[in-house]
Amino acid sequence: MIYGLCLLLFLIGFYGVVVKRNLIKIIMGLIVMEYAVHLFIVLVSYQRGGIVPILEEGQKIGEFVGLAVDPLPQVLVLTAIVINFGITALVVALAVRLYEKYGTFDVGEIRRLRG
Amino acid sequence: MSPIVQTVTRWINSFIFIFGLYVMLYGHVTPGGGFPGGVIIACSFILITLAAGKEFTFRLFSLKQASVVDSLSILLFLIIGFLGMVFGNYFFANFLPPGEAFRLQSGGTIVFSNVVIGFKVSAAIFAMFLYLSLFRLEEGAGEE
Amino acid sequence: MTPYIIIILLIFMIIAALVALETRDTLAAVVALAAVGIGTSIAFLFLGAPDLAITQVVVEVLVLLILIRATISRDVTTIQEGKPQFGMTIAVSSLLILFLFSLHMVEVLPVFGLRAHTGLAGNPSLHYLGEALAETGAANVVTAILLDYRVFDTIGEVTVLFVALIGVWTVLRKKGRLRGDSDSVEGMVKKS
Repeated sequence: MIYGLCLLLFLIGFYGVVVKRNLIKIIMGLIVMEYAVHLFIVLVSYQRGGIVPILEEGQKIGEFVGLAVDPLPQVLVLTAIVINFGITALVVALAVRLYEKYGTFDVGEIRRLRG
Repeated sequence: MSPIVQTVTRWINSFIFIFGLYVMLYGHVTPGGGFPGGVIIACSFILITLAAGKEFTFRLFSLKQASVVDSLSILLFLIIGFLGMVFGNYFFANFLPPGEAFRLQSGGTIVFSNVVIGFKVSAAIFAMFLYLSLFRLEEGAGEE
Repeated sequence: MTPYIIIILLIFMIIAALVALETRDTLAAVVALAAVGIGTSIAFLFLGAPDLAITQVVVEVLVLLILIRATISRDVTTIQEGKPQFGMTIAVSSLLILFLFSLHMVEVLPVFGLRAHTGLAGNPSLHYLGEALAETGAANVVTAILLDYRVFDTIGEVTVLFVALIGVWTVLRKKGRLRGDSDSVEGMVKKS
């Protein structure tokens, strides 16, 4: 159920990328897709009743290993968030440049004007 | 911007900056780390830019300084890695002693890596925002 | 309790994503996109990942700023959407078919909330959880992995951010384009 909803969120972003003609809407679809993927990886690594993988003072290591959620997917997603931010900034810069050159955000219009 | 924004910015901006430093420095004990702390520091500069204009911001932290800080931080990060090669066995070895747990001095090189990454990220994101906004200002000023 | 919270958050995010993609007003769409990001952040908080929650909120604010800066005061509301009905129908129906097929993929995955990482042999997560404090001295296991065990990931991340900055500067600079100067590409091609 939860994985299915996450998949639906991903497909909504994909719909935005495929169907929309506005460049800003396409970028938004890209961002929604990346949020869905990050959420999916963290969802798979969750365990019921899990605690945060950060040690507190006076906590026993044995209990901590038994209870804490898997930290490795969190690290990978942390890296992915940063990289996706870089991608978003670059794509927005490209869109702004295209707007300055063609005067519109419409993809079909840009394709027509190019010839 | 309006006087309300300017006044509120003058009040809370230093707190945002100090909070960013805190998140950056204590990333190995509490949630946080170099990247969120750096982005919070960059957000404090962006807030100044939005409230007081870019001329005022450039006297604090110009675009050239931002790029210099950006490049120097990457260099320092690699130097930490090579120091690990010299004093330890491999690239990015944690050559400092682990220290007392749950204190600021714990974690060996992790603290220094966090600070370096924080400054790098803050400079990079501030410069990125300035490029994106300066372009619009130039375009509004007049076409070539 | 947590699965229901996550389901409610996911439904909220799906509605916000649909609003963001279908609204005419670009500013409202950007704000709805921010709602999706905040929903992701709250979900991370309930899933036991406060580092990710902080990073997600902060990045969300920045994406919001960049998108508003890039789109405000530009004439973007005049694009009429969805004129070719036929192509849109094909796209939506194929996406629905993709969704129905991938629902079978979900059944293969481990059940939500199961402790999945202990069953795999040679999984490094248990070593990280047990030994991180003794080996690195950092109480936050995520930071210990990020900056000690797997620091090459972090080098790559920093490099990607640096390259993204250079890319933004290269794409957006005024000088060197459309002028025929000696420092522009076209000028150099003409002279040589």
